[in-house]
Amino acid sequence: MKGQALAIALVISSGIATFVMSISTLDSLRYTQAAYYNNYRFAEVFISLKRAPESLKGSVAAIPGVQRVATRVKAAVTIDIDKFPDPVTGLLISIPDKGEPLLNGLYLREGRLVESGRDNEVLVNDAFARVHGLSPGDKLHVTVNGKRKALTIVGIALTPEYIYQIQPGSMLPDFERYGILWMGRTPFGAAYDMEGAFNDLALTLAPGAEIKDVIDALDTIMRPYGGLGAYGRKDQVSNRYLSEEFRMLGKMATIFPVIFLGVSAFLLNVFVSRLISTQREVIAVLKAFGYSNLAIGLHYLKLVLLIVLLGTVGGVLAGIRLGQGLSRMYMDFYRFPFIEYVLSPYVVGAAVIVSAAAAVGGTILALRRAALLPPAEAMRPEPPVSYRETIIERLGLKGFFSQPGRMIIRHIERRPLKSLLTITGIAFSCAIMMAGTFFGDAVDYMIDVQFGLSQREDISLTFIEPTSGKAVHELQSLRGVDYVEAYRSVPVRLRYRHHEYRTAIEGVEPDGDLQRLLDTSLKPIELPPAGIVMTDYLGKILGAGPGDILTVEVLEGSRPTLQVPVAALVSQYIGVSAYMQLSALNRLMREGSAISGLYLATDSRYKNDIYESIKKMPRVAGTIARKDAIKNFYVTMGKQILVFAFYMSIFAATIAFGVVYNSARIALSERSRELASLRVLGFTRGEISFILLGELALLTLVAIPLGFVIGRILCAYMINSLQTDLFRIPLVLDAGTYALAATVVLVSACISALIVRRKLDNLDLVAVLKIKE
Amino acid sequence: MSTRETTTREDQNSKVFEARGITKVYEMGEVQVQALRGVDLDLYSGELVVLLGASGSGKSTLLNILGGLDTATSGHVTYHGKDLTEATERELTSYRRSHIGFVFQFYNLIPSLTARENVSVVTEIAAEPMRPEEALAIVGLGDRVNHFPAQLSGGEQQRVAIARAIAKNPAVLLCDEPTGALDSATGLLVLNALERVNRELGTTTVVITHNAVIADMADRVIHLSDGLITEITSNQDKKTPSQLQW
Ligand SMILES: Nc1ncnc2c1ncn2[C@@H]1O[C@H](COP(=O)(O)OP(=O)(O)OP(=O)(O)O)[C@@H](O)[C@H]1O
Ligand SMILES: [Mg+2]
Repeated sequence: MKGQALAIALVISSGIATFVMSISTLDSLRYTQAAYYNNYRFAEVFISLKRAPESLKGSVAAIPGVQRVATRVKAAVTIDIDKFPDPVTGLLISIPDKGEPLLNGLYLREGRLVESGRDNEVLVNDAFARVHGLSPGDKLHVTVNGKRKALTIVGIALTPEYIYQIQPGSMLPDFERYGILWMGRTPFGAAYDMEGAFNDLALTLAPGAEIKDVIDALDTIMRPYGGLGAYGRKDQVSNRYLSEEFRMLGKMATIFPVIFLGVSAFLLNVFVSRLISTQREVIAVLKAFGYSNLAIGLHYLKLVLLIVLLGTVGGVLAGIRLGQGLSRMYMDFYRFPFIEYVLSPYVVGAAVIVSAAAAVGGTILALRRAALLPPAEAMRPEPPVSYRETIIERLGLKGFFSQPGRMIIRHIERRPLKSLLTITGIAFSCAIMMAGTFFGDAVDYMIDVQFGLSQREDISLTFIEPTSGKAVHELQSLRGVDYVEAYRSVPVRLRYRHHEYRTAIEGVEPDGDLQRLLDTSLKPIELPPAGIVMTDYLGKILGAGPGDILTVEVLEGSRPTLQVPVAALVSQYIGVSAYMQLSALNRLMREGSAISGLYLATDSRYKNDIYESIKKMPRVAGTIARKDAIKNFYVTMGKQILVFAFYMSIFAATIAFGVVYNSARIALSERSRELASLRVLGFTRGEISFILLGELALLTLVAIPLGFVIGRILCAYMINSLQTDLFRIPLVLDAGTYALAATVVLVSACISALIVRRKLDNLDLVAVLKIKE
Repeated sequence: MSTRETTTREDQNSKVFEARGITKVYEMGEVQVQALRGVDLDLYSGELVVLLGASGSGKSTLLNILGGLDTATSGHVTYHGKDLTEATERELTSYRRSHIGFVFQFYNLIPSLTARENVSVVTEIAAEPMRPEEALAIVGLGDRVNHFPAQLSGGEQQRVAIARAIAKNPAVLLCDEPTGALDSATGLLVLNALERVNRELGTTTVVITHNAVIADMADRVIHLSDGLITEITSNQDKKTPSQLQW
């Protein structure tokens, strides 16, 4: 009985631990994020523009609802780092010549801010500095606006504005090839021809201000200055990805604890029912002595609550440990300057209440039965259990079973509900295991499809501004470049009815080989000559489908607003893009053969030569090497997935063990007499083990396929709730996932079977037979 | 008193059990309980022996040692010359499986199996069994083969237990208070079944009872007291169960 109670407490612990771990981690992250945003004055509205005089700042500050305004200069730059041949690009942001930025402050990890009067000082962001081993005093070369400048690093910094650092045009973070740099406003303005002017503005809102009004007013003011459309935090890339991640974490925080607590409620029910039926006589005697129904009910309730208490305390302690570890992992991942681990009392309170409720809910009926059992009836043994031939046997398969086989199936059939619950419990552990481990395969598949079939370029590069199509020939002629495809990317705001979404329309070559759009069966589709093709995810966001006319608000150049029909939807796992034929987009924009960048298929032997040549091209703002981007993604993603899968495997094994062990112990206590009789008749230990464990083996074997089905549903549910702008993981479960889940279940079933087997081997035959049934 | 005189005239070749100096000590923490204090006993092929003695005198302990359910603390028991006290757990299991039939006060049937199937449990693993129906017919239950234990009376259940014990044609049938839980009329049916098995199949049968009347149907009666055999008597004219005076 001690073993059983412990096994149940363990399952409760797992549930509570996942609950406390996820919720407290989430709370900590949210709290940290808020504190970080607040302490470092993260802005609330952002806009980029072409160029505006500094004097315009006053009119922005005068917009009702605006609190503080900061103007900045930002520029895409290329960075040269000694001994790193790959092209590295970055974003250079201006900071005041002296002192802290008014908005979007910097947390200095090392070094200092820039000093006025020095024109060669720069700060670099922490992640970038770390992968390249940069520290204050090191030098790097930055090419701004075609001018190469030698700069000295004076500080390593973090900012709430770029917690997630994703290079424009890329879909995955790459700390090695993309950096954020800060430079004093005056030297930066001089180098970038931005003296007395700005091209980026951020502001905060006064309490109660309506963000939409401010954005509209700001757009109106900035239109003549080439404003690219103002947006709030909701659309700010870093913040958006962070919110999505937190949302995913929140989902995890509910799904798994619910399953664990459900299973433990079931286990407690079985345990208490069994306990009460074996203790009928004790109950009767107590009642005969005058104990009240309530006292008896409370006695068992106390036992249940003791188990719950044990499980909850263990779970909360484990959850805190795991939560602290996980928070620290996230702090590292997001490069928060600090993490405040918060464990709000409500989390612990909720853990206690939820688990106690699950336990009491699971056992209330059994407790009631114990309390209401009339003493006289309780003295009598339970009525003999009646068995009958099972359906399988009546179907004519009778001859198929030996007597032990019959004992197994009749026993299962006599308690169909209990057998079903056991199967369900085991199936859930199998499902949890799958849900915990399938990410790896699904992400592999996603990457394979996206970068193997759809985005097949080796290198993509972007120009500082739209360029004539002649650049194609220039690159085509480089040694090692096999093939070049041009693309045009236009930032837009798409509207359909009351929905809108900021993205870019990618103009690509219609029968291109490097950029292909895929239909649901992964076959490349041909781009229609006119109209927009967009990802089905974007279609869902806008509520638009083929044939619907979208309002396209172009966010660059003369910023026309156009009506364009949706030609088709395609499925894409990564990003939220809209596509058009390059020539159609050019026509729409009333421009010649303008392109924004190029996709290259290259011979990897000439990689470094090509990089060298690209670095010398002044108009190239950014370069993305596909394979490196993927590798980077794996490194960051892989670690998280592994940690998660590891936790889940442990929890799934706990459940499988808890369920199987409990069933086995109960079966043992119910059937020890029968099994002892068989031993007396000359059955060997192995033969009686077969009868007891055969039943469990059968239930486990039935549970595994059911677990596969539940697991698939659970994975589908998770994937569905984990859809983000960043990526949508496809439901791909490969054989390895199934095999691993089945193995974990089987191994934990075998371990509990071995424990029970040892008990069976020590069965005291004589003692069992002495007692009246 | 010299009790062994009465048995030496039996044919040595048909000796089934030979027990010498069996003791059994139960260790219960600090306390030691001496259940058997040196029992010498021979049992012969085909005889029906009744074990009599006060509660706690060691009858069940002795029977369990003979049947290979338990092992003696010291002394030796041989079955057809093979030493049971030296046997491993595995050997004892196979010994019970092939040679011994047990009947207990509480019938210990498998509730999930019918009468026939309860018997089949044994015949499926025996070397030369009779058919389950045949065994049930011997105990007079030929018409109840498809009933589950819950559908049978106590006496009927006990007879199924006997059928199960004899179905493998065991050399020895060991019964521990087989009528203990039954009224006299029902008990009689059970005794009839035992007597018939002993007579028709020649199975060596040992019956433990508290009912001295039953001793009248035995070939020999062994009296146990406080872990020792105090007396062995032979019945010159043994009675059939129906002639017993209840
Ligand atoms: N498992 C055990 N542990 C400790 N003592 C035991 C055990 N089994 C039997 N005894 C003791 O051994 C002695 C003999 O027991 P046994 O069961 O052989 O008696 P019995 O003659 O069969 O009695 P009854 O007629 O009441 O069944 C008793 O004193 C009993 O208390
Ligand atoms: Mg006894």
